[in-house]
Amino acid sequence: MKLSGGDLLMRALKDEGVKFIFGYPGGAALHIYDSIFRQKAFEHILVRHEQGATHAADGYSRATGKPGVALVTSGPGATNAITGLATAYMDSVPLVVISGQVQSHLIGTDSFQETDMIGISRPIVKHSFMVQEAKDIPRIIQEAFHIATTGRPGPVVIDIPKDKTDPSKLFEYKRATNISLRSYQPRVLPHPGQIKKASKNILSAERPVIYAGGGVILGNAHKELFALNKLLKVPVTNTLMGLGSYPANNKYFMGMLGMHGTYQANMAMHNADVIIAIGARFDDRITNTPSMFAPNARIVHIDVDPASISKIINADIPIVGQVRESLAALIKEIKRSKIKIDFEAVESWNAQIAQWKAKHGLDHELYLKKTKSKMIVPQVVVQELYQVTNGNAYVTSDVGQHQMFVAQYYHFNKPRRWINSGGLGTMGFGLPAAMGVKFAFPNQEVVCVTGEGSIQMCIQELSTCLQYNLPIKIININNEALGMVRQWQDMNYGGRHSASTYSDSLPDFVKLAQSYGHVGMKVTKQSQLRKTLDKAFAMKDRLVFVDVYVDPNEHVYPMLVAPNGSMQDMWIKKNTKA
Amino acid sequence: MKRILSILIENKPGALARVVGLFHQRGYNIETLNVGPVFDGTYSRMTVTTRGSENDVEQITKQINKIIDVIKVSDLTEGEHHEYEFILIKFNKFKQTIKIQKILKPLHGKMLEKNKDVIVMSAFGPSSNIEAAIKSIGKTNLLEISRSGSLGLHEGEKILKI
Repeated sequence: MKLSGGDLLMRALKDEGVKFIFGYPGGAALHIYDSIFRQKAFEHILVRHEQGATHAADGYSRATGKPGVALVTSGPGATNAITGLATAYMDSVPLVVISGQVQSHLIGTDSFQETDMIGISRPIVKHSFMVQEAKDIPRIIQEAFHIATTGRPGPVVIDIPKDKTDPSKLFEYKRATNISLRSYQPRVLPHPGQIKKASKNILSAERPVIYAGGGVILGNAHKELFALNKLLKVPVTNTLMGLGSYPANNKYFMGMLGMHGTYQANMAMHNADVIIAIGARFDDRITNTPSMFAPNARIVHIDVDPASISKIINADIPIVGQVRESLAALIKEIKRSKIKIDFEAVESWNAQIAQWKAKHGLDHELYLKKTKSKMIVPQVVVQELYQVTNGNAYVTSDVGQHQMFVAQYYHFNKPRRWINSGGLGTMGFGLPAAMGVKFAFPNQEVVCVTGEGSIQMCIQELSTCLQYNLPIKIININNEALGMVRQWQDMNYGGRHSASTYSDSLPDFVKLAQSYGHVGMKVTKQSQLRKTLDKAFAMKDRLVFVDVYVDPNEHVYPMLVAPNGSMQDMWIKKNTKA
Repeated sequence: MKRILSILIENKPGALARVVGLFHQRGYNIETLNVGPVFDGTYSRMTVTTRGSENDVEQITKQINKIIDVIKVSDLTEGEHHEYEFILIKFNKFKQTIKIQKILKPLHGKMLEKNKDVIVMSAFGPSSNIEAAIKSIGKTNLLEISRSGSLGLHEGEKILKI
């Protein structure tokens, strides 16, 4: 049977196993939307803004490990998808974003709703396709999913001129049995010689640290990571993107590292003699000043992306390969090796880390303490949330202080439970991402921890949540200011709060939630916090927006001293360096 | 230090822009650029000259390699290599003709057009010699210059192929 370009697209998406498409229609996408209407393989989710579509597809992908799919129209539809594409690109999330384009003969004529989507998105996609012939649609879809999901994953754009989905032009549907691109052969297996070298270095270490990032989660290698450290018993730290790749309740876990990492994690990195970097990329929120980074450490660096190796910090033993395959090879080599790690040395290293933790570690029991202040401390909100959800929720966040508080105080024991925009730092990510997670896991608790600044950037998606009945819990940590901006202004700009406050013009979030058909709750006192959260989470079938007013003067600590600081230079509390 | 990168790239719409764009995105400059389809025409060979430290070039090479349409990248300057450039020049200072012809003689200078208005000549040779020739002719003596940018191949048996 012959199919139109639009129907070829449907068939190809079905054959990729797509279950949800997040999108928003418009002129150039109308043929495609008509094809969507006539198919049953997947559900189309109508968002309220294309940014929401890309973030929802992104959240779906991060929670499931499957590629997310978004569909937008040309022009403004395409440009609105750009922030979501950049977000996914920075965090290596496999997305396929399909954009309608004006008819082929109008391209380049400044026609209505025309924009050069391929050109605009070029720096923030892993790859992109412009459909030249309708019959190519099945092949392009196959290649796009292949590219998005293999190697270092990332978003792929497919721009489809309207005439290529013309319902009156029909083509044969052909699906290739396997995809092979001569110009794209990502490395899977590590080099055996490098694995031997790495093993030798690791086993001769006295102060080793495992520094594991988002690549462990993207590469589905958390079991291998755990198995590796069953052998080594060395301290482990996670990047913001890596949280959940190693169980937070494990005794070797030091918490997050970097800008707002724990004291012990940052001290361990600075004083390590071997750093085992796994699926992490030494970005500037980790290393502080690169020339002062871990002065005595040899670096073993495992990554699927060769360009991430020795980009910022020179790797002594680079290993290019899929994280899972590389760790499996490393484990095998360590087991086979005649040299054994010096457990006595490692034990005293672990003891040193315990001392650091005792000295300046985070207080995870703030919520149990009686404070004089009636104001709610934001860290306590996260601690109570952890208690109420038994640590089992899928937690999305926006960007700023609340994001760091979740990273510090919600203990993620499983991968893919912590969903946030780490690389790009996109405010507005949390709510639509939570929608994507909820579609994937309707029976799981999905929480969006946000701030009154971030939530207003994609607030319109509350309407989508009503349409599809998504009982997400939104915890709005409301300090009536752009908290992280304000913190920097407090610390570096003499407390001049330039354009970071708006306390006299905030909406009534309770009424706002209600006007979208949801439940709104407001808490201002510490004494009511737990009760309110309990009440909110007891409402299983409703979206509840909990507006929690917190102490606006609270800062996130520890914080690396910059510029010209190393990882051991930290602010540990207000006006106090460690 | 000057580097010459040879790149094999799929001959597809937009592929060139991906490579050129990357230099700007990652904060590197392109000094010269040459591109054209080779062999069966399904792919092209690009020659890009840039400046940077060893680390810079390692990073830019890796990043170029990541572009899906790029099949292979090689830094010719890592080893012995041939580097040539082709130029066309136009001038109308007829008194200078003998001087210019003399300068271009070791660079295979050839008269392509000569009439009462202008003279057009071609030349080719190692890029540094071409640079030196243009300098000694003097900018003020020329109406137009068109340069091919560097072209390059590895010396000996080493080849860049699919």
